[in-house]
Amino acid sequence: MKDFLKSSVGRKYIMGLTGLVWVGFLFAHMAPNMLILFSAELYNAYTYSVTANKILLYAVEAILLSSLVIHVLMAILLTRQNRVARGAQYAVSANGEKAVSWGSRYMAAQGSAILAFIILHLITFKYGTYYETTVNGVVMRDMHRLVVEVFQSPAYVAWYFICLGLMVFHVSHGAASVFQSFGILERKLQGGIKKFAWVYAIVIVTGFLSQPVYVFLFHK
Amino acid sequence: MEKKQNINLKLKVWRQKNAQAKGEFKEYDAKEVSPDASFLEMLDAVNEDLIKSGDQPITFDHDCREGICGSCGFMINGEAHGPQKGTTVCQLHMRHFKNGEHLTIEPWRAAAMPITKDLMCDRSALDRIITSGGYVSVNTGNARDANNIPIPKPDADEAFLSAACIGCGACVASCKNASAALFTSAKISHLALLPQGQVERKQRALDMVAQMDAEGFGSCTSTGACEAACPKEISLINIAKMNREFLRASVLKKEEVGGGDMA
Ligand code: HEM
Ligand code: SF4
Ligand code: FES
Repeated sequence: MKDFLKSSVGRKYIMGLTGLVWVGFLFAHMAPNMLILFSAELYNAYTYSVTANKILLYAVEAILLSSLVIHVLMAILLTRQNRVARGAQYAVSANGEKAVSWGSRYMAAQGSAILAFIILHLITFKYGTYYETTVNGVVMRDMHRLVVEVFQSPAYVAWYFICLGLMVFHVSHGAASVFQSFGILERKLQGGIKKFAWVYAIVIVTGFLSQPVYVFLFHK
Repeated sequence: MEKKQNINLKLKVWRQKNAQAKGEFKEYDAKEVSPDASFLEMLDAVNEDLIKSGDQPITFDHDCREGICGSCGFMINGEAHGPQKGTTVCQLHMRHFKNGEHLTIEPWRAAAMPITKDLMCDRSALDRIITSGGYVSVNTGNARDANNIPIPKPDADEAFLSAACIGCGACVASCKNASAALFTSAKISHLALLPQGQVERKQRALDMVAQMDAEGFGSCTSTGACEAACPKEISLINIAKMNREFLRASVLKKEEVGGGDMA
């Protein structure tokens, strides 16, 4: 087991597993948040319901946090090993048929932007101003009000576009690459998995971006 | 048939005296190059001029010049074995280049494959990966009848595709991580597919991956640069298979009792 975790192949299994946790979470996070397009009450009620069961909440948070920490540490480790292995760079890089995709080349840079995004995101929302509201007689956090406030800022919306734009590349490459890392890729699946990963990444990011855009254009 | 016109090229070639030296680009003219010449023949002509004028010729590895031995290989404008897919540089012909083109020619670069001179590097790390497990142990003797061991056609085809690797190192050279995953995985998949490879299947996966890491090659980020550069068009599928074989072996492998490791 120790040998497995220390090997380059084993580390890719870990990278993929922790990445997959977040790939799944992105959808689970994006989809219900679409409620913001429909109603403030529903949005707040949803926020309330997911934070109500503390045991479940902490369990999910623990999985997400540990996955992220391991993913990032492993990314740093692999990226540094890979730099050493590369040694010298070439004077010219390939740009014809033998060139590689932008997404796959800059995984570490995209990842760094995503990390910055996640941290700022938590500070702004989870640990942001605590407004209260009452929905159907229940007192709860007015997340809707905070979100609407934050997305009045064009700079914040622009920041969303940059980071989530980079996330399209990270997730579309990552979600396909993970099949490769896990060894579940078969010849006849190759093309299909790449397309699936692109669609998945674009759906996620479009969903997320529709929220600030909607708020920015249609609220106040 | 109309005779194609000869072309002139400007070359920027990496010159490095030995493994310790610093190395630098030098510019050369390749004049009146026949479009029918191979890339190596073009360099031969440049070298003849260099020798005549008392300079050191450009060193590059080559042997068969038929695209089968894996000796040749360097970067042309950042592309391993040049712009043509599925081709070694010895089988790359000058008709693919335009008159007046500028070509930057560099050796393979990777910490695990150090440059020894000019365009030549030391690829013995790849040999050591093969030595660590890329074989089947059988008693020697007369060649057996090819049909003695039945192998399903799809497996045989897939194994053949993997076995086509000539060990040139283009995959490592073109990878941003200098990963030898394509090379190593081609041999692991080739032998894992065949009945002869079953006995050492688990040990092979463990040993070859361990050797690949020990040599200081990077890990795979699935960029696909290797597959695109490979003159034998070895598929990325092999790397997926290697990872699967490695996981399987890590889970199933018991301590070796006797066997090859004891010696
Ligand atoms: C929403 C958050 C994230 C998701 C969904 C995600 C997802 C993934 C997935 C699925 C992979 C593919 C693993 C494989 O090839 O097997 C991956 C690779 C990678 N991730 Fe992330 N990731 C996230 C955040 C980050 C962060 C914060 C960083 C770094 C600071 C990062 C750096 C990397 C790097 C460098 C790789 C490539 C590793 C390699 O193939 O060598 N990722 N990511
Ligand atoms: S996998 Fe392809 S590029 Fe790599 S050593 Fe074998 S033949 Fe050369
Ligand atoms: S010289 Fe043998 S493959 Fe090119």
